[in-house]
Amino acid sequence: MRRGPWLWTAALAAYAFLYLPLTIVVIYSFNDSRLNAEWVGFTWHWYHDLFHDEDMLIAAGNSLLIASVASLSATLLGTMAGLAIHRYDLKLLNFMVLAPVAMPEILLGVSLLLFFIQVLNLTLGMLSIVLAHITFSIGFVAVIVRAQLTSIDESLFEAARDLGASPWETFRYVTFPLILPAVIAGGLMAFTLSIDDFVVTFFTAGVGVQTLPLRIYSMIKIAVTPEVNAVSTLLMLLTLCMIVLASRFAPDVLKGKT
Amino acid sequence: MALLELRNVTRRFGDFAAVDDVSLSIEAGEFFTLLGPSGSGKTTILRMIAGFEFPDAGQVLLDGKDLADIPAEKRPIHTVFQSYALFPHLTVAENISFPLRMAHREPADIRQHLKDALEQVHLDAKAGKFPHELSGGEKQRVALARALVNRPRLLLLDESLAALDAKLREEMQVELINLQREVGITFVFVTHAQAEALALSHRIAVINRGKVEQVDEPARLYGFPRNRFVADFIGQITMIPAQVEQVGHGHLHLKVDGLGEIVTPLQQGVAAGDRGVFAIRPEQVRIGVQAELAELKNHFSGEVLSLLYQGDVSVYRVGLTNGTMIEALLPNSAPGRAELFKVGAEIRVGWRHDAGVFLHE
Ligand SMILES: Nc1ncnc2c1ncn2[C@@H]1O[C@H](COP(=O)(O)OP(=O)(O)O)[C@@H](O)[C@H]1O
Ligand SMILES: [Mg+2]
Repeated sequence: MRRGPWLWTAALAAYAFLYLPLTIVVIYSFNDSRLNAEWVGFTWHWYHDLFHDEDMLIAAGNSLLIASVASLSATLLGTMAGLAIHRYDLKLLNFMVLAPVAMPEILLGVSLLLFFIQVLNLTLGMLSIVLAHITFSIGFVAVIVRAQLTSIDESLFEAARDLGASPWETFRYVTFPLILPAVIAGGLMAFTLSIDDFVVTFFTAGVGVQTLPLRIYSMIKIAVTPEVNAVSTLLMLLTLCMIVLASRFAPDVLKGKT
Repeated sequence: MALLELRNVTRRFGDFAAVDDVSLSIEAGEFFTLLGPSGSGKTTILRMIAGFEFPDAGQVLLDGKDLADIPAEKRPIHTVFQSYALFPHLTVAENISFPLRMAHREPADIRQHLKDALEQVHLDAKAGKFPHELSGGEKQRVALARALVNRPRLLLLDESLAALDAKLREEMQVELINLQREVGITFVFVTHAQAEALALSHRIAVINRGKVEQVDEPARLYGFPRNRFVADFIGQITMIPAQVEQVGHGHLHLKVDGLGEIVTPLQQGVAAGDRGVFAIRPEQVRIGVQAELAELKNHFSGEVLSLLYQGDVSVYRVGLTNGTMIEALLPNSAPGRAELFKVGAEIRVGWRHDAGVFLHE
């Protein structure tokens, strides 16, 4: 098929739509003016402010801690879920792990809030946020791990058993090394999902704990200062790194080749 | 006692019996082949021996002991998979030493066995390579070395040569025969290629629709197929409808409608009046002019219908007077004289009284 110029135009428009707002945020984070209005001159000022903003640093610390714990746990659980779905080939199991991925976040946020308060009788805070983040990350990890498993020749696992490996040794020496790239990619995905989540965190954070997205939100309620641009830029950078890393580990899975 | 025994083994998938009341007995040191068309149940039999499938009825015994409760990893039986199943994340050396590591052998012991195995399959130079860097033949040899390195009692090979091109396959056949003789391990080989089965095996079991049709040495299987399926599946054969007229001393006298009488060797279980076919291999059939075939017990008139020149041999199809067609294979021992008889020529066909077999319907 010959690709007409209109296709290029359409593609360009789509990418502009995606990246223009982000680009503007980044540019104004270096603007030497309190207002996101006109370009005055280059400065590191807002980044300097950022690293001396006590509340911001605490929020960042919380976010990193939550993302680390949540992504590690989600990786463990999601990998097990992926293995189980592959092994038992259960449609229902697959659906149930995927549902939270597709569910509107606000629904998930509200139901988790009710669950934590009414059922678990939990005081909202770090723990509830971590649990919530694990909940919505498991599905992503499971999907990636399962996609990888599907691409592996089933006879490899049989060959391992055939050559004297116990089920555990088969997992340890064959299955796990072969899915490791997907596990790492899934973990990195879970980390990025956690670190920039707002909606679910908003519902499950309670009053005491701030994360970066929550902090940004409360700042822009007052005024959008370039400090917000700066922290957004850094968050964007971190997310980007994670995605690049993830796609390096499991290129096939993330390139949609499965 | 047989090394491996299958006793009335049946395996069903739903209502369908993939393996149907199979009994086999395989001796130590044998090169035993399961030969049959695709879908006949060969792989399922192999998987039950390896421990990846379990019989719904019957037993699999190794050294007379039932394997039912012994998981695959505890059986002294290794498999060379059709896809080779080399571990892609391990090098050639790591692949080959895998079973030794799983058996928790001493590092020094592992090194020695690995070295021997690499030498045996001529892969010393490739020890550090990964499977995706190897050719088809090399992968095949790694899979063999890996399966043999800790001396299993039994080696199972599932269509192991099928993925190789014709030339390489022939080389690997020779290597396989030599390897089996060298290591003295019992091989159970699965193939749908009859020529391969004949070339490699000490004994062959012909499998059809989950059942064993015949178990015999290659030459006996070829020369004395027990039924029409075996006759047809192995090599070329002409079958002519016939009825047993008389059971004589050492011979059967068959009557063929519109043709006359055929004399063929006596067989057990055949009685006068039985209906079936007379089956004869093309290389047993001779063609010529009247005088040349006069000393043969069986000879008939015919017409050359077609001629296929194949270089080493020529295959003639001859129409007999009753309308049946018979194939004759003539070696082209005098080069340049391919066309001994022209299409349409009136000739005689004949064969010795000890050629061919009678097969029941
Ligand atoms: N796990 C299974 N589930 C259902 N049917 C199977 C399964 N394995 C094999 N079969 C069927 O059993 C028959 C024999 O298969 P197989 O043993 O692979 O034959 P072969 O190796 O001789 O080609 C085939 O019809 C196949 O479709
Ligand atoms: Mg098969």
